[in-house]
Amino acid sequence: MEHQTETQKKVKTSEFPDPFEQARIERGYGDIDDQNDPVTMLLRLKDVRKTAHNWKTFISGATPGRIVVPSEVAIRDIRQIPFEVDPPEHKDYRNLVEPWFKRPLEEEYTAKMTKIIEELVDEVIAKDDIEVVSDFSLKLQSRCLTLLLNIPYEEAETWIGWGVHVFRSEESSTDADKANILFDYLDEQIDRAAENPSDDLYSLLLSSEVNGKKMTKEEVKGVMILTFAGGRDTVINAVTNSLAYFAEHPKSLERLRQEPEIVGKAVEELVRYFSPLTHMGRVVTEDTKVCEHAIKNDSRVSMCWASANRDSAAFENPNEVVLDRKINPHVAFGFSHHNCLGATHARQILKVLINTLANKVGSIEIKNYKENIEEWGEFNRKVGFDNITMNIKGK
Amino acid sequence: MAKITFITKDKEEITVEGTSGSVMELAVKNNVKGIDGDCGGVCSCATCHVQVDAGHTDKTGVASEIESDMLELDDDANEFSRLCCQLQVTEAMDGVVLNVVK
Repeated sequence: MEHQTETQKKVKTSEFPDPFEQARIERGYGDIDDQNDPVTMLLRLKDVRKTAHNWKTFISGATPGRIVVPSEVAIRDIRQIPFEVDPPEHKDYRNLVEPWFKRPLEEEYTAKMTKIIEELVDEVIAKDDIEVVSDFSLKLQSRCLTLLLNIPYEEAETWIGWGVHVFRSEESSTDADKANILFDYLDEQIDRAAENPSDDLYSLLLSSEVNGKKMTKEEVKGVMILTFAGGRDTVINAVTNSLAYFAEHPKSLERLRQEPEIVGKAVEELVRYFSPLTHMGRVVTEDTKVCEHAIKNDSRVSMCWASANRDSAAFENPNEVVLDRKINPHVAFGFSHHNCLGATHARQILKVLINTLANKVGSIEIKNYKENIEEWGEFNRKVGFDNITMNIKGK
Repeated sequence: MAKITFITKDKEEITVEGTSGSVMELAVKNNVKGIDGDCGGVCSCATCHVQVDAGHTDKTGVASEIESDMLELDDDANEFSRLCCQLQVTEAMDGVVLNVVK
């Protein structure tokens, strides 16, 4: 699908259809096989929320990697923290990292982020056609991540070199060799911080105590794997897809320039519509039922954020982007105890990006693209683009 | 102009004044501890949970269905619970007392 076909021309490039609607209405779930460990995908907003909230029946503290879909059991045995820990222990880890991950609300942080994003937008305006995923979104995500970790800006070059996914490659959705690049890198960084503590996230974690015990290097690594993996392709897709949206909706960008006060609502709506993370799993600890469907002990369910976010029981015109949607109870950042730790950073990235585009960009033209379609059993979901070439012109 | 009083978890009383916008926005602007308003006020994050002081509920009215669905899953919710992003600052709210839950 490198070039637009006749069918694609009818559907806008920035349109993301909802593949779950029929199954959501008729059954409420879908069954998929994932490396011989099947998953029941829960599709309705209320079921998804209740499942996320019920941490006793639907646990996160299972075998490391098992709650992720596709499962990462084969490629890691390190527990991601606080993501793969249940209450009450979960709270202690979460309380430790939460203030750090709220730093994006600080003025100084936002100012630095604005500088990074403005520079990048100026850079792509100065060029002719650019491939947005690798020449814009990957750079933006990597450079902003230096702020979240509080480490030198230059380090972003290393991560840009890794490409879009930390666990995935062209050949495999879970690539052990690729995961090992990240794991070895983190070992090095943790050792470095242990020897020469600074004011970065590694050093903070290494000097912290949880439940009266000093964090081990393995626990620190668990937090860092989550920080790297959780915000990588999700942010890259959100940024790329937002650019595609503004390319095809120039009036929306103009409106945001004139009404900057709605940018917060616009961010929530774009995140709802694109739902960068399709779903997240849990392991079931007892025979139970969701929407009249029996679910067996020690099997897996997933909470399909992408489907829940199009549930017409909660959203009027769910398949439309309503930039200033006032009531928007989406679950794109998850729900309940495990909601996205990086959400504050991600929201700030999108806010700054939209403001910068609104102020600097005159037009965006999409030249060609290849869609990234995830296959989950009967459902084919467009989650973003493998590549998309655009021409971005200044005002 | 409406005067709104927040009582935080550590019993600090903060009275603020406003004329428009949501009560969550007013709380965030005045750094009321325990009101985060992560989603900016679209009823998605439940980080602006308050309990209306008994006797003041006529000023705030009742929660919508979507708001109730959010509160239903909050362990600390009770009959006085509201998400204050869904409360508008109006004259009718003058004098209301809100207990911050978190």
